[in-house]
Amino acid sequence: MTAFDPVRWRPAPLLPPEGARSGSLLFVVATLCFLACLTAIAVIASDRAARGWVGQLDGEATVIVRPKRGETPDAAAARAAEALAGVAGVAEARALEPQKAYDLIRPWLGDISDLEDLPVPRLVAVTLDRKAPANAVRLAQALKSQDVDASVDDHSLWIKDIRRSANLARGLGAAVFLLIAGAAGAVVAFATQAGLAGRRDVVEVLHLSGAEDSYVAGLFQLRFARLAAVGGVIGAAVAAGLAGVLRLAGGAQGLTPALPIAWSDLLVVLACPILAALVAAVAARLTAAALIRDME
Amino acid sequence: MSRNPSAAAAFQAADEIVRFEDVGLRYGDGPEVLSGLDFVLTPGSFHFVTGPSGAGKTSLLRLISLAARPTQGRIEIFGQDAARAGARLRPALRRRIGVVFQDLLLLDHLSVFDNAALPLRISGRRPSDYRGDVAELLTWVGLGGRMDSRPPTLAGGEQQRLAIARAVVNRPEILLADEPTGNVDHEMALRIFRLFVELNRLGTTVLIATHDQDLIARSARPVLHLDQGKLSLRPAQAPP
Repeated sequence: MTAFDPVRWRPAPLLPPEGARSGSLLFVVATLCFLACLTAIAVIASDRAARGWVGQLDGEATVIVRPKRGETPDAAAARAAEALAGVAGVAEARALEPQKAYDLIRPWLGDISDLEDLPVPRLVAVTLDRKAPANAVRLAQALKSQDVDASVDDHSLWIKDIRRSANLARGLGAAVFLLIAGAAGAVVAFATQAGLAGRRDVVEVLHLSGAEDSYVAGLFQLRFARLAAVGGVIGAAVAAGLAGVLRLAGGAQGLTPALPIAWSDLLVVLACPILAALVAAVAARLTAAALIRDME
Repeated sequence: MSRNPSAAAAFQAADEIVRFEDVGLRYGDGPEVLSGLDFVLTPGSFHFVTGPSGAGKTSLLRLISLAARPTQGRIEIFGQDAARAGARLRPALRRRIGVVFQDLLLLDHLSVFDNAALPLRISGRRPSDYRGDVAELLTWVGLGGRMDSRPPTLAGGEQQRLAIARAVVNRPEILLADEPTGNVDHEMALRIFRLFVELNRLGTTVLIATHDQDLIARSARPVLHLDQGKLSLRPAQAPP
């Protein structure tokens, strides 16, 4: 056994170790951080999917052409495509082959042999200029000016729905995230209360030795911030690992097109330990400060 | 030449380190533990506090150490109203007071060295500034070989000496000791007493609560006698 050397002495932590209680708290914080990270990754992935869908729909419009009396559907579609091709904000207008229209309605009517005999309207696919896209009104005016009977669908209804769904997913994600942060804060506050109640003697000695309330509260703040940071690292690592497995298993499209996980999404977990430490620090500080004030 | 009233007050304040005016104390809804205490301690004085068990000796020391607030009257410590001292002033006043508690209040999870260094650490001083002083003090109180030990592994007398070392390590202006020689042998009691006398000689105001009549008789110091919460002063008597 080596003799104690005051020169090499370093001050020990003033709060005694929490023992089994800190293990339980670490597990709870790590679990909450894991859930928070998964939520964040899911929100980012679903947001990307929504933006992708909106991007696709935003740059296109579909025109349904009804032939005039004495006019063949193909001729009407060609006339519509020609009328739209010259409109500002349209990159390309192309009449779809009849087969494509049949393919679109076949799932609804079944595989019937005389589908070609039905008066199926022709479709014109319009690719819009990405920088200054033409809107549905301008397309309709262009068709009307050429006396083409047609309906323009610029997918605005779908886009609105997708955007609403994306916003809802973002809102729900934020709510879940706040809920988890609140739960983490409450757990830390509870642990701080327990820690203070069990260490009244230590707090009393520190006070009587001249420690200010903020000094004592700072000890609890530091302890729980450190513990939460460790829990944050564990939770984030497990969540990133799980997301990585999903990415590997599902490829760039993810397990479902609604959640296309990218490797860069995993970077979001880096913020978790810092946020966890911050939440724990604030919760521990406020709780300890209030309790210590009452103890005096 | 007539004296300026404020100058007189300043003179009076400088000549008093502790002032009790009609001080009373009760815990919660319980009976009064102390009542009508009036006394003054001057800087550099040395007093014993005696009285039967339950007379209020520990409560008196708790009031001076700002561990309790009076329920009646006024206490001035270092010229400050102790009862009204706020969250910032109380710690500052406490750092000028060393206390040896009857139940010692050592921190079991810290080493002897950490316990002794606690007041210096709390005051914000750098470890490199006080390591040597703490080691020297611990050696002086006979704990030089136990600096790395934990309090529960120490004998009763060693724990008492550690509590004393912690109380005096930052050279307090007031030293309060509650039965500081209760768990030590006669020789160590005298040694501890000599430490108090030395600190008092250097200017520390000392107040010791004790049952040890032999120590009181030997020391020829004034005695504050408490009985049923009331205080009386017995002047210093020449040793036998």
